[in-house]
Amino acid sequence: MLRYTINRVLLMIPTLLGVAVLVFFMLRVVPGDIVEVKLRGDGGNVTQEVIDSERKRLGLDRPLLTQFGEWMVNMAKGDFGISMWTERPVMEEIMLRLELSLQVALMATFIAVLLAVPMGTLAALFRDTWIDYLVRILTIGGLSIPSFWFGMLLMLSLLAFFNWLPPITFTPIYVDPWENFKQLIWPAMAVGYRYCSVVARMIRSSLLEVLNEDYIRTARAKGVYEKLVISRHALRNALLPAITVIGLEFTFLIGGLVVTEQVFNLNGIGQLFVQSVSRNDFMLIQGMVMLIAGFYVFVNLIIDLLYAVFDPRIRYDT
Amino acid sequence: MSRPVQAPAAPLLEVEDLHVQFETSRGIVRAVEGLSFEVGRGEVVAIVGESGSGKSVSALAIMRLLPRLTGRTRGRITFDGRSLLDLGDEEMREIRGRDISMIFQEPMTSLNPLLTIGLQITEPLTIHLGMTAEQARARAVELLSLVGIPDPESRLDQYPHQFSGGMRQRVMIAIGLACNPKLVIADEPTTALDVTIQAQILELMKDLSRKLNIALIVITHNLGVVARYADRVIVMYAAKMVEQGRAEAVFHEPRHPYTMGLLRSVPRLDRPRGMRLETIEGLVPNLTNPPPGCRFAPRCPFRVDICGQEPPLANADNGSQSRCHRHAEIAGGKIAWAASGTGSQQAQMVREGALLSVRHLTKHFPVRAKLGHAKAVVRAVEDVSFSIHPGETLGLVGESGCGKTTVGRLILRLEQPTGGEIEFDGINLVKASPAEMQAVRRKIQVIFQDPYSSLNPRMTVGQIIGEPLHVYKLAADSAAATARVAELLNQVGLRPELAERYPHQLSGGQRQRVGIARALAMEPSFIVCDEAVSALDVSIQGQIINLLEDLQRRLGLAYLFIAHDLAVVRHISMRVVVMYFGRVMEVADRDTIYRNALHPYTKVLLDAAPVPDPTVEKARAPRLIQGELPSHMAPPTGCVFNTRCPMATQECRETIPPLVEKRPGHWAACIKV
Repeated sequence: MLRYTINRVLLMIPTLLGVAVLVFFMLRVVPGDIVEVKLRGDGGNVTQEVIDSERKRLGLDRPLLTQFGEWMVNMAKGDFGISMWTERPVMEEIMLRLELSLQVALMATFIAVLLAVPMGTLAALFRDTWIDYLVRILTIGGLSIPSFWFGMLLMLSLLAFFNWLPPITFTPIYVDPWENFKQLIWPAMAVGYRYCSVVARMIRSSLLEVLNEDYIRTARAKGVYEKLVISRHALRNALLPAITVIGLEFTFLIGGLVVTEQVFNLNGIGQLFVQSVSRNDFMLIQGMVMLIAGFYVFVNLIIDLLYAVFDPRIRYDT
Repeated sequence: MSRPVQAPAAPLLEVEDLHVQFETSRGIVRAVEGLSFEVGRGEVVAIVGESGSGKSVSALAIMRLLPRLTGRTRGRITFDGRSLLDLGDEEMREIRGRDISMIFQEPMTSLNPLLTIGLQITEPLTIHLGMTAEQARARAVELLSLVGIPDPESRLDQYPHQFSGGMRQRVMIAIGLACNPKLVIADEPTTALDVTIQAQILELMKDLSRKLNIALIVITHNLGVVARYADRVIVMYAAKMVEQGRAEAVFHEPRHPYTMGLLRSVPRLDRPRGMRLETIEGLVPNLTNPPPGCRFAPRCPFRVDICGQEPPLANADNGSQSRCHRHAEIAGGKIAWAASGTGSQQAQMVREGALLSVRHLTKHFPVRAKLGHAKAVVRAVEDVSFSIHPGETLGLVGESGCGKTTVGRLILRLEQPTGGEIEFDGINLVKASPAEMQAVRRKIQVIFQDPYSSLNPRMTVGQIIGEPLHVYKLAADSAAATARVAELLNQVGLRPELAERYPHQLSGGQRQRVGIARALAMEPSFIVCDEAVSALDVSIQGQIINLLEDLQRRLGLAYLFIAHDLAVVRHISMRVVVMYFGRVMEVADRDTIYRNALHPYTKVLLDAAPVPDPTVEKARAPRLIQGELPSHMAPPTGCVFNTRCPMATQECRETIPPLVEKRPGHWAACIKV
């Protein structure tokens, strides 16, 4: 397993290198750059000389390959560069928001898995009864209602029924856990609903499939308690495909929550992304894409390793 | 536990007037109707029948394992003095696995892949007998050694995928025996296994049931298995029991036309090969709308007016029961199946000169190499040579994993050989250009094993058969193509109207005929039949084999007949190639190989196949082949068969025996013969 893990980690390098090449050159292909947005964005009339000198200051006048090389070398040193807009280190800008985004993602995952497993299981066990219909209606709702709209409903009902709104400023969990919870539980619920629906439907269908497997019949023929047939024999097998879905959804939540963050007025990665793209803040965009790509690859590795933990048929080193 | 005291003579299991129905989208299927039988303590009862006859459903009904929503069971099932159908779910659960256990057909899928073997064996012990973990583990070790798994202590912590098919079936048996049940129901316990492994498992089960006085219900379609096992036989046809009696009586003096027909249609190793296989014409009736009266009447050659009425289960002269109006006439010898074969000679139009010759054919499959490891290969086919003459049938037999299917795929160029030559009609297929290949492909066709998955479900029969006509422009226009499709359907014994139907509307036998018609559409001179009849029921199998023989005679086709069933291969082949673990072991004329086999593997293979005759089977001492097929990841050195060969010596482990012509036309790869 260790050897496999090392191999996989080493394989991350070419993957990320590919991402780096793509994002770097695609950004440069798009017309316009940060200097124009910065100086002419609000209709200001600035001479070409000023623009050129600003470009020179940011190093945008150098050949592309030089810029790329410098970026790569610095990244290898752990330096993601300086935001071209705020002039603060890219890493600092990201870290400021990552804490919040990561926390929302983790909370949403927690809510989703906690609800999805019993929902999916009950729906499969009581297939075509009112329980199943209820779960199916709830989950189809989760899939079709956009998270931001559901989030808005949540906020409005809080206001209407309790005349209360969650805090607006972010308090880190280590400062005041309760204050932090009060703010983040709502966005976590808003995105967790969709997340939970996806996972619950996955578990329902894979459990239905597993319940038809020969080994379930074998377990029943052995006289195993029905509860044990479900928990030990069926559910373990049915949860395997759900792991992949959970992992992919989780990575999506980091950086994918553009509108929902807006609704809850959260200063998260999604917000930062939109901002930096509209400002053509090359360094920041590049840094964030690299971070999210790295995250994806990493979570995928974790999923694969988890498979090996849960499924004895999968052994990576033999 | 207060159970009513049993009179010693009371049977262990009594099934009375059992009915099972399923609600399906196409109406109510009556899967079992009015089944009654008894099983005594320690008795071995076999239930035989073709697919859809209701034999497995009856077993699941006894276990109360039928799907609750759609299945409905009626009747009485009394087990050990208790009425099973009246028990609560919890009481029934206590009986399952403890007093009645079941062994299923598919050892590959019947064990939970995520749980250790140990847990799966100890589960019933802890649940039913309240054993502690240590006690259960000790008993599990005992059970594994009982079923012949070496090194049981360490095997307990392994997972199912670390066991071979035969070993998994042994584990299933160990689970079945765990709580010392009174009754074991085995549903096709050896169908998924190779002949040599089948013999081991059958011997083990028979032995254990005698030793532990366990009653056994064996459900199978294999009459040879029945003959080896059973004290009593129940024959089912279309949801009803048609005959039951002592095994000797049913096999030697059948009293129902269906049983008579079934026994005649099995190709047998112990009798001289007939000119033509006997068959039962027609198809098994549809159970949503069964014919009135006798179910077998539409296919029965002795049908008379009274057969339109439901025949009662009557006692026949020899102690059997038969559901036939004319059982007394059968007993009196007044009714016998006429030999359907009109003495038609097997095609003797084999011409000289090889149509296809395969020389030193080799196929290695690379195994995904890991970083820092030498690249591994699986030697699926190693140095295989043979030739086929025009109009000849060459049988290719061997157990699973021996490379026989790969040889077929190499000839069809579905795989690229690693080495060797394939010459067809003077063209070297390995080096042929795409244009040459296209011309050759017309001449080489294939019929696949599974008639269910090898036809496109979205195309009609007419489109399936007509497709090659369009691709190769064999028909002038669409009217000509339609006419040709009708002609082809006619040739394989199907009505032309079937061209409008979709594959799922056809039975297995009909689908296989469609597969044959599709192959014939190209006017080939050579057809690879890859297990072409092994998925079919006995009575249908005979029809297809006869069809293949007729077509060969009429069209001068050559066949490569790939199969694992020795009796079928003997029937259809003129020469036989025996393969083991990627290599050819023996090549000879059909009669030579079946009468005077030289190679120890061929002998073992022939010996392991059960023969449908209880007298023969019960008299013969088991001469079992030991061990399992070797692993492709760690192939044996020297002769590939040395790990299981009774004659193997040190020399066999060192040298790879060449295929040598020991007698004229009889080749064997063994240094000991």
